[in-house]
Order: sequence, then C-alpha cells, then structure tokens
Amino acid sequence: MNEASRTLLAVSGLHHWFGGLHVIDGVEFSCRQGIVKAIIGPNGAGKTTLLNLIAGSLRPRTGSIAFDGHPIAGIPPHQVAARGISRTFQATRLFPRMSVLENVMVGSHVRGRQGFFAGLIGPAATGREERRIRRDCMAVLDELGIADLAARDAVSLPFGRQRVVEFARALASQPRLLLLDEPACGLNPKETEEIGGLIADIRARGITVLIVEHDMSLVMGISDEVVVLSYGRKIAEGTPSEVQANHEVVSVYLGASDA
Amino acid sequence: MRPTLARYIPFVVLVGLVVAAQTALSALKLEFYLTQLTMAAYYTLVALGLCLLMGYAGQVSLGHAGFFAIGGYTSAVLTTVNLAATGAAAGAGAAAGGVAGAAGAGALIGLLSRLGILVTGTDAYGGQTLTVLPWAAFAAALLVTAVVAVLVGIPVLRLRGHYLAMATLAFGVIVARVAVGTRIFGEADGISDVPAFRLFAGLAISGKKALRVQNYYIAWAMVAAGFLLLINLIGSRAGRALRAIHGNEAAASAMGVDVPRHKLAAFLLSALYAAVGGACLVHFNGGIGPGEASVMKSVRYVALVAVGGMGSAGGTLAVSTLLTFLSLRGAFGQLDDAVFGAILVAIMLFAPDGVFAPVGGWILRLLRGRRGARGAAR
Repeated sequence: MNEASRTLLAVSGLHHWFGGLHVIDGVEFSCRQGIVKAIIGPNGAGKTTLLNLIAGSLRPRTGSIAFDGHPIAGIPPHQVAARGISRTFQATRLFPRMSVLENVMVGSHVRGRQGFFAGLIGPAATGREERRIRRDCMAVLDELGIADLAARDAVSLPFGRQRVVEFARALASQPRLLLLDEPACGLNPKETEEIGGLIADIRARGITVLIVEHDMSLVMGISDEVVVLSYGRKIAEGTPSEVQANHEVVSVYLGASDA
Repeated sequence: MRPTLARYIPFVVLVGLVVAAQTALSALKLEFYLTQLTMAAYYTLVALGLCLLMGYAGQVSLGHAGFFAIGGYTSAVLTTVNLAATGAAAGAGAAAGGVAGAAGAGALIGLLSRLGILVTGTDAYGGQTLTVLPWAAFAAALLVTAVVAVLVGIPVLRLRGHYLAMATLAFGVIVARVAVGTRIFGEADGISDVPAFRLFAGLAISGKKALRVQNYYIAWAMVAAGFLLLINLIGSRAGRALRAIHGNEAAASAMGVDVPRHKLAAFLLSALYAAVGGACLVHFNGGIGPGEASVMKSVRYVALVAVGGMGSAGGTLAVSTLLTFLSLRGAFGQLDDAVFGAILVAIMLFAPDGVFAPVGGWILRLLRGRRGARGAAR
C-alpha cells in the first residue's frame, strides 16, 4: 500500500447517546492519509460530537476508532494528542493570561520531555529544550504570518486573529491528523477565505485534515472527500461534486436548510 | 533583556530587600522586629505554595492551614515525645510478659536508635530523654504531608470551583478537629518545648535571642529558595501546562496535558511548601497550637494570595510579608481575623486581579500618556 492511499483514521460502528438522544447512530467512515476530509450536516446532526469522540473528550458508547491501525476509542484526550492528533475548537479556546507565543508553546507540550522536577530546577535543566520549543513555535507563528503578535495577550486579539493563533497552537504539536471544528464559524467572508488558504497550506505540508463545517463554500472548495451526517447517521460520502449531486443530500440537508 | 532573565529580577530584588531590612533594623537598634519578620517568612512560604496552586494552576484550597499544621505537628511531636519513657514502659511491659505491641514499640525504638536518628538529653527534672532528631522529624513531616496530600488530592481535585473549595475546607476542618481533640497533639494546649533544629555546624532554627539575626536569614533564605523554584517552574513546560489548565482544562487536555497529574503535582508541591513553613516555625517558636490549623488561617492564606494578585508570586510574597508582619505586631488587635476576612471581600469586589494590577495599569497609562504627549510635542 503506498503512502498516499494509506488509511490514517478508521471509524466503524460508532454509537453515542446523551440520555435518550441518539446523536451518533452507527457512523462508519475512513480517512486516507494526506487528504482533507469534511464532515457536513445540518445543525444537530452530531458533527461536533463525532469530533469529540475522535479527540477523546467523549467516550463512545460502542464502536471503534482506529488511528494508524491502533484503537483509540475511549482513551483520554491527552493520550490522543500524544499519538499525533491535534484539534481546534468551534468557539476558540485560547488560554487567557498567556501570550500568543506561550499559547503556542503549550501546543507543543507533547513534543517536550521536561517535567515538574526539571521545571523547579530551572534553565540549567530545561534551557536547551525550552530554546528549541521557543524556536519551533516562533517558526510556526512565522509560517502563519502572525510572528508580530507573539508577545501579545492572546485573548485580547480580534476574533479572526485568535482563530489563526488556535491553528498555530494545534500545529505546534506537529500532528499527523488535525481536527478542525467549524473553523469558519463567526468569521467574515474574507477571513473565511484566509482560513481556506491556511487549510490548503496545511494539507500541502502532508498533514491530514478532518474538518467539521457549516460553510458550504469553504467545504466544497478545499475538501477531497465529504461525509454527510443527518440525525447521527451517515447519509452520503464522496467527492464534493458527488455529494452535491446526491439526491438525498439535497433533500435532507440542503433542502432542509434552504426551507 | 532576554525574557527568561527578566523573570529573575523579582528574586534579586527580594534578596536585596532582605539584606537591606536586616542592616537597617540592626543599625537602628530595632532588631526585635526581626523576630516577627522571621515568623512572617515561614507563613509566606505557605502563601507562596498556595499561589502556585491557586494563582497559577487555578485550583482553590481552603485547607492549606491543614498542611501547615501537619508539617508543624509532626515535627513537634517527634522532637518532644520522650521515647525513653515509652521505651522503658515497653521494656517493663515486655518483662512482665505484657502485650506484643509494647515489645514491638521497644524494638522500633531500638531500630531507630541504631539508625542514629534518636537524640538523648535531659528534661527539666534531670531525667533522661530520648527524642527523634529534628532532621529526621523534618523528613517525616514532609513524608506525612506528601502522603496526606496525595490521598486527599486524588479524589478532591476531580472537583471544580466551589465544590473543590468546600472539599478542601472540609479537609482543613478535619485537621483542626484532630489537632484539638488528640492527646498526643496536646489538645487545646498544643505542643511546647520543641527543641532547636540544628541544621549544620553553627546554624540552628531557634527562638533564642542570640540567634535572632541568624534565624532571620535562615527563614528568608528558605523563602528566597522557594521563590526561585517557583519562578523556575512557572516559566517551564510544566508551569505553562498549569497555567493552561487554569485557563481552559479542555483545551489543555487536547494539547496533550495530563490534567489530573499536573493538578496533583501542583497540589502536592504547594502542600510541601506549607509543611516546610510549619515544620520550621515550630522550632523557631518552640511550639505549636491548634489555632495554626484553624479555618481562619486557611482563609487568611487565600486572602494573601488574592491580594497579591492571583498568578503573581512576587505580589503574593510582598503582600504576605507586609500583612503577616503587621498582624504579628498586633496592628489589627482583636479584629485580626476580621481584617483578613474584610480584605478578602474588598479585593474580590474592587480589585479581583490583586492590588498590584490596578496600580500597574495606572503606571502603564501614565507612561503611555507621557509618551503620547512627547510625540504630540514633536
């Protein structure tokens, strides 16, 4: 199997419910390495829940999630992150009282080794690693064009900038899979376009992207494949054009939201 | 200057102020102030530890007087209980064919004696005493505190906000009630006649007047060391993880931070800071009473951290030294606890980021204003 067609993420028979509400109902899909895959669907379709199940913030009731062939369903988020899956949040969740650079340095947590004890001892023990982390994180800020914001208080930035910082934080771990939860949410068309360009750049660097999104123009422009969810069930999967031509998608999803 | 070096400026300022204060007070023949400054140092150690937990990691504890008391009482008991008496009693019991437990106690004392951690002396009546060496008692105090902190921390740190505050408050109440209700802890009288703690040649933690200057420096060296370790930690990978947990637990976890582990480590470390303060202060004061474990003391530590500005070790250090010193000098009289309560309420209402944040903002505005004016003039 060559590198490009290798399956990086495989989800099968996934079920989740909150009380009596079946939010994920037997979802099954896989994601090849190096592509951008989108999960779309009307409000309440279970998109964010699906992302949270993959990221480990929720434990699936039944079903399996395999990352690079290893089961990850039900393991805590920090272990999921350690395996090379990073994420952003629908409402940006930057760390307050920390600078942009510090936020991104937390993003590189999984790439560091120095623990509490070394931290207490100080630069004599941690200096080398700290310098590397700082340099790498500055490089990430530079790539995303926000190096000038490094020293700024992260949460005082305009919303659009905060989103880019959150991307930088997620990329600082050098993930193999990036989970994006509605990255265009709350952005204006120009900022949305910018985010689209950013995702294309990330794809070009060989990072696989799984994106949950509402904004159709963004999804159809950047995705290699699309999964359509409705009421927790997968109703279609394919390339953007295939999905757009799918009769069920048009009636259930596009039709419903147009009405 | 590089940001990593700038972090250490407050430490240098602290060392300078400590030396300056002693020099000035000695020159002005006001050395008696050093006694309260020494005590204030040990209480400040508790505040610094709590600052790490509350200010940086964002986990509130209303039970830190409990850890101070565990450290203090463990040291006090071990260095005052006369094992010669219990040993003799155990020997007599064993000779009379008594309980195996008594023989076990005798064997334990023999073992401790062979390890060289017991010390003989004479009591006020000329009788022989056998007590645990202060160094060993100190180590035991930290060990006991660590065990309790882990056992309490694992379940309690699963809680958040008000629930965590209530659980730690309950822990503090338990420690206070145990202290006041247990015979070996001296009940309401506490423990007195705690001996000096000989650190090494010529240095001892003791309340003797002749050792006043020396003890001032021992205490403040510990605060300086504690402060330095804290500055190191806060700027490190682990420190960033703690601040991230404070900011947003879900996001910290998604970035790979093992949240429960980091919380527990911060809790343990801050408990150890408190225990070191307690264990040293008993040797300086020569005793400890149940008041040290009281809930009002815990509230006081929280107030000190809050006034200093949550997330500012330097601010906590400054405020704790000043207010604790004033309190020990009796500046607040009968209203001591009320003053700290009132300070906490006032801070929460008017300056939730601590007293230094508004002042800092004011200075910043002033500087900006002046720079703006200068720009306009040009």
